[in-house]
Amino acid sequence: MFGSGLLQGLAVTAKNFVGSFHDPKRLTTTQYPEQRTVLPEAYRNFPFLVAEKAEDPMGTLRCVACQICEKECPPQCIYIEKSKDKKPDATGKMQIYPVVFDIDTSVCMSCQICVEVCPFDAIEMDQVFEIATTDRFNGLMLRKEQLTKPNSYFHEIHPNDARDVDARLAADRKAAAAKAATPPKPAAPTP
Amino acid sequence: MTWATDSYLEWAPLLLRDWISGFFPSALRGVINDLIGIVSILAVFGLLFAFLTLAERKILGRIQNRPGPNRTGPFGLLQPFADGIKMLTKEDIVPRAADQLLHFLAPVALVAFSLLTFAVIPYGRHLVPVDLDAGVLYFFAASASTELAVFMAGWASHNKYSLLAAMRALAQLISYELPLLLSIVPVVLAAGSLSPSVIVAKQGVWTLGLLPHWYVFTPWGFAGFVIFLISALAESNRSPFDLPEAESELVAGHLTEYSGFKYALFFMAEYFGMCALNGLGVTLFLGGWQAPCAFLEFIPSYVWFGAKLLGLLLGFIWIRATLPRLRMDQLMRFAWKFLVPLSLANLAVAALWQLGTGWSEPLQLVRWAGAIAILAGTFWALGRKLSSGFGPRVYQYAPS
Repeated sequence: MFGSGLLQGLAVTAKNFVGSFHDPKRLTTTQYPEQRTVLPEAYRNFPFLVAEKAEDPMGTLRCVACQICEKECPPQCIYIEKSKDKKPDATGKMQIYPVVFDIDTSVCMSCQICVEVCPFDAIEMDQVFEIATTDRFNGLMLRKEQLTKPNSYFHEIHPNDARDVDARLAADRKAAAAKAATPPKPAAPTP
Repeated sequence: MTWATDSYLEWAPLLLRDWISGFFPSALRGVINDLIGIVSILAVFGLLFAFLTLAERKILGRIQNRPGPNRTGPFGLLQPFADGIKMLTKEDIVPRAADQLLHFLAPVALVAFSLLTFAVIPYGRHLVPVDLDAGVLYFFAASASTELAVFMAGWASHNKYSLLAAMRALAQLISYELPLLLSIVPVVLAAGSLSPSVIVAKQGVWTLGLLPHWYVFTPWGFAGFVIFLISALAESNRSPFDLPEAESELVAGHLTEYSGFKYALFFMAEYFGMCALNGLGVTLFLGGWQAPCAFLEFIPSYVWFGAKLLGLLLGFIWIRATLPRLRMDQLMRFAWKFLVPLSLANLAVAALWQLGTGWSEPLQLVRWAGAIAILAGTFWALGRKLSSGFGPRVYQYAPS
């Protein structure tokens, strides 16, 4: 009959209204500051720099200031200054390191291209989303010290990715160690 | 009349008023009494507006299976005041090309006109602010003036979208004014008076002290009440007839160029209009301040009025949470091809009903059956005509 659909609709909403009181499972929302949902592992927002050791983050940065991410970054929000001297990197090779590493999060578009191009697995995506500041210029410009987080944190937020990265780095270190152990081939004798 | 008529509680608001005006010289007392009436209407309906917005958000939330605002104060009870402070502190932007005077005047006029309508509604046995003989006529004169303010807002904004939206709003308001008026004519016919207090008094009869003789419990009264409610929804721009300010389609229609407190005034006027129309609906169809059963008369009449009004308002919120917005052509078709003919048929039924007032018991059954048959038949025929070619919808891919 004409108008019966309206009554059916009203019945549906009434059922939901009553149901939301006697059946708390119906409530789909979480009360955010008190309750938190577990973020999915693939969730990402802004990049961070991985350091090997939590106790010496600046000394054990994986980043070697190769500037590939700086060049690949589509909105160009990364700024890097290379160091003059060298330090041993994650695989034990002597490498330069970044003196300045800034990411302007007001510009970053969370595309993850920096992570994909990094040959050293030194930059990864973070999951911190409570990043409101009172200063939209300096507050959103993250410096090297703010960006650096230990590898253990990376394991916490992206366990699968971190395991893969660690396995790859361990293989690299092993290869480097094997290469260092074998004596260099003697030069071919000149005839 | 029983003792309840003159119980202390019935007189309490008036005694309070007289006590306050007793502090003033006797020459001023009449003016002071009127002022107290105005202030109390403003205070009661202002607070009702504030908490109605909260109730609306809570109920909409519950219907959508979420708790609704619950951060400000216990159960979010302070939310309306937080909203008010936010609205007051917002920047008030007036477009440079706008007509400065009219742009300012439109929200003021809208609120003023919708407040005028509160004057003639009988809130209780002794609580009638202005007891006009032609109160119903006055009510519709005042509420129709709000349309002027809506168009004023659209015109003064000097924005073509605002103007177009105001024209649409005007078309809607005028189209639904007709069924609204036609739906109350049977009540005037039955009561033989345009005075709301007389109409309420005529409904204060009970069969066996239990069954109230409210007009909604007659065939024409029920049909008229439903038509009245639908038209009232459209008149107060409530969903599913909220086309004038369809947030997701037009950029708030005639409200586009309004910000800050002027915007809040438009909302206040919308809720005032809704309260006033529902108050009139209660007065005309639901027996006004009359108690549903004779033995419940010890509860003061204004409590009954408030309870009925709240019931209707919650119904409006329920409808808002349920029905999606109509399209402009559907809106017009519904008003002109369905509501107007149905209310005309209802008028005819009411007139025939009046013929049978003196009929004997078995003929009363004929009277009821005849009235119901005419109305149901008209409803069925009009509904069939209106929806022919429009359904039922077949879902090709979705599982049925």
